[in-house]
Amino acid sequence: MTDTSQHNQPVSRVDWNSEKQAARLKKRYIKEKIFKSVAILSLGTAIATLLVVLISIFSTGISGFTETHITLDIHIDENIVGDVDNLSQEELETHIASININRMLVSSLQEKFPEVTRRADVFALLRLFSVGAQTDIREAILEDLTIVGTTVPISLKAGSDVDMLLKGNISRKVAESDRKISDQQIIWVDQFLSEGLVTQNFNWAFFTSGDSREPELAGISSATVGSFLTLLVTFMISFPIGVGSAIYLEEFAPKNRLTDIIEININNLAAVPSIIFGLLGLAIFINFMNLPRSAPLVGGLTLALMTLPTIIITARAAIKAVPPSIKEAAIGLGASHMQTVFHHVLPLSMPGILTGSIIGMAQALGETAPLLMIGMVAFIVDTPAGITEAATALPVQVYLWADSPERGFLEKTSAAIMILLAFLILMNGLAIWLRQKFEKKW
Amino acid sequence: MSVTLLFVTLLLLLTSFYYVGKKKSLMLVNGNIKQLYSLPSHYGWAAGINSFIPGFIILSIWAISEGYLIDNMLINNLGEKTSGLAPFELSNLLNSVKSYETSNPNDPTLAIHYQYYTSISERVAWAFFLGALAASTLMGYLTLRKMKPEFNSRNNIETIIKTLLMIFSIIAIITTIGIVFSLLFESILFFDQVSITEFVFGIQWSPQTAIRIDQVGSSGAFGAVPLFMGTMLITAIAMFIAGPIGLLSAIYMAEFANKKIRKIAKPLLEILAGIPTVVYGFIAALVVAPFIRDTGELLGLEIASESALAAGIVMGVMIIPLISSLSDDVISVVPQNLREGSMGLGATQTETVLKVILPSALPGIVGALLLATSRAIGETMIVVMAAGMAANLTVNPLEAVTTVTVQIVALLTGDQEFASAKTLSAFALGLALFVTTLALNALALFIVRKYREQYD
Repeated sequence: MTDTSQHNQPVSRVDWNSEKQAARLKKRYIKEKIFKSVAILSLGTAIATLLVVLISIFSTGISGFTETHITLDIHIDENIVGDVDNLSQEELETHIASININRMLVSSLQEKFPEVTRRADVFALLRLFSVGAQTDIREAILEDLTIVGTTVPISLKAGSDVDMLLKGNISRKVAESDRKISDQQIIWVDQFLSEGLVTQNFNWAFFTSGDSREPELAGISSATVGSFLTLLVTFMISFPIGVGSAIYLEEFAPKNRLTDIIEININNLAAVPSIIFGLLGLAIFINFMNLPRSAPLVGGLTLALMTLPTIIITARAAIKAVPPSIKEAAIGLGASHMQTVFHHVLPLSMPGILTGSIIGMAQALGETAPLLMIGMVAFIVDTPAGITEAATALPVQVYLWADSPERGFLEKTSAAIMILLAFLILMNGLAIWLRQKFEKKW
Repeated sequence: MSVTLLFVTLLLLLTSFYYVGKKKSLMLVNGNIKQLYSLPSHYGWAAGINSFIPGFIILSIWAISEGYLIDNMLINNLGEKTSGLAPFELSNLLNSVKSYETSNPNDPTLAIHYQYYTSISERVAWAFFLGALAASTLMGYLTLRKMKPEFNSRNNIETIIKTLLMIFSIIAIITTIGIVFSLLFESILFFDQVSITEFVFGIQWSPQTAIRIDQVGSSGAFGAVPLFMGTMLITAIAMFIAGPIGLLSAIYMAEFANKKIRKIAKPLLEILAGIPTVVYGFIAALVVAPFIRDTGELLGLEIASESALAAGIVMGVMIIPLISSLSDDVISVVPQNLREGSMGLGATQTETVLKVILPSALPGIVGALLLATSRAIGETMIVVMAAGMAANLTVNPLEAVTTVTVQIVALLTGDQEFASAKTLSAFALGLALFVTTLALNALALFIVRKYREQYD
């Protein structure tokens, strides 16, 4: 018991209650607080940027869904329309398409504004209306032939500048030389406004028409159909091939060099920039195989190669998750390995495979760069009817409109982005729903 | 005689052989199914699939080689007219022959070639069509003839399906080979015209080839250093933003956040990751670039409206979710007992994170950062929409720079003549991009594998 005294005298004893230690502890806690707040600030920044992105898209895009109409009394001049009594429906349509509606519009405008006589002023007045206004008049005539020879109020599509003015995107305070709409034109618009002739309603044409040089007439229908056709080709190719490779690699592949190479390859392909796939598509599909340029077929093939790694990787994970007991039970009952895979493993892993495929498709839907390479940047008005016709895709349409200097295209770009995001959210939502509804925990 | 028609015909053939095979197998044993080695449907499938394969192979050859074959025959037929023509002139000539009827019916010298073209394209189509049908029918017939009750057709079709699945998985390799070869092939053509040292070390980039010889810069300059520098500058800005924010977000979510915050923040970050890059590009050009320029004006700085800073910041935002989700994964696999040990010794949470968890997760984090860098280098739409076109050799983030991907897009969109140095240079840039990203990915994988801490 004599040597315990040595233990009682440690070499250096820390007094945890000393002021020095208290200060040290305080410092450590401050450090803790700082680090924690910096970390939460980072997360906050990331989420705040998401909000900034969404809000700026939403605030500029929401007005893209409305359009401005001005109701004007139009005298449907029977001399201009001509004799339409004995025409078949088809002949009538071609005839109405050929008559000079512009003259009708000009004379009706002059009737309303008798003080406007100068040629330049008449043109300025006419520019308040869209080129689409002529279509409005034609449709009105076709709808009801009895209006020929009378004066009827027709709701006409306003030009983009008027639209922008009324939505507040063109400021009245800006000097006249700096805006696209003149003071005189604003006075006319105000007159229409005070007479209650201006209406703003939902822009259905945005969903039903193709691209146009005029922002107020431009729509996303051709781009949406192009995107759909492209995705269809992508899915038809990448889904069977992706699932097939996943089954082979997970179930049948022997452990050898080739399998290793395939696996490394798939992981590498997943990280290759998308534009490289575009170059591949250009070199192989267009220049070598002579497939049609700008077509959804080529776009789909290119995107299929791009999404293949994603589908393979997720499908393998889903197949791996099926417990061996099920396979062993099937084999024990006399099924072959192939039968086990196709009758049991594949159906059980299908929700997971579909989830991965939908996510891959969502990626492909948002992809732009490879499509630029293979020429899907054309100005497409008509809806493509097949996978070999020239087409464009929704994100490419966004890119094209974003490049346009016209103010009216800004809201159209944002509106198209909103549609694109809606599709993406829908697809991802479907994937999440599938995962939650059908995924089993073994 | 289209490929689609042949495909449909082959499918019909497959179905009919399936039914015949199924019937025949039952007939062989007089309806006593127990004497059959495999199920009747297996015999059916064996006949159907065996008939489909040879036809489908011929169909694939047709689809791939048709254009090439007919072009070659047409060139032979054109004979002397094609001598001494540049490749694009040749393709123009071929096109004008093919579209003879619609475009220039008045050129009598082409009429005879057009007739030849229509006749051979019809003949080639018929030859492939009939060849495919004959091969399929023959193969189906042979399978039916060989059919015996003791024939194991289940194994037969399973071998075929297994081979098919293997071919599917090899497509990934074929894609890589396709990328490498198409890039290499065009790049070699390019390096025939421009020396490789000029491309790699030259500091002048102006790919416009002049129409007249006496124009300024008619030769075109293909020094890619400004593009590499521009790419690196924008990538550096992006990583400078995304690296800390992404990593700290991941640390917060993995170590500090309670379940509720995690449950909200994770999907939000996933949405951020799911936004298409064209949208980020639009935001960069619409919101960020003007904001930076205006701020600069307020501070008395002159900032280009397509500054590297704007593109870099937005690209950084795009990459944040990638870094945070990858780092979140590697932080989460650090075993719990390391945390508990550290805390048990009296360390605060921050000290645990900085001194225990981060060192242990370091290889994974470095890998994540490398992957993110490779992603930033290859990103296209943001820089196409927000970065400049002029190749400035500068490291000033307030000036406009251009990147490799921007130039690839600029060179290959719009009218282009193939085989000109201008077009081919895009493939050389693509090759440089491919090699760089591949090297970064390989490095990331290597670091993760080599320095990973193994815990049990």
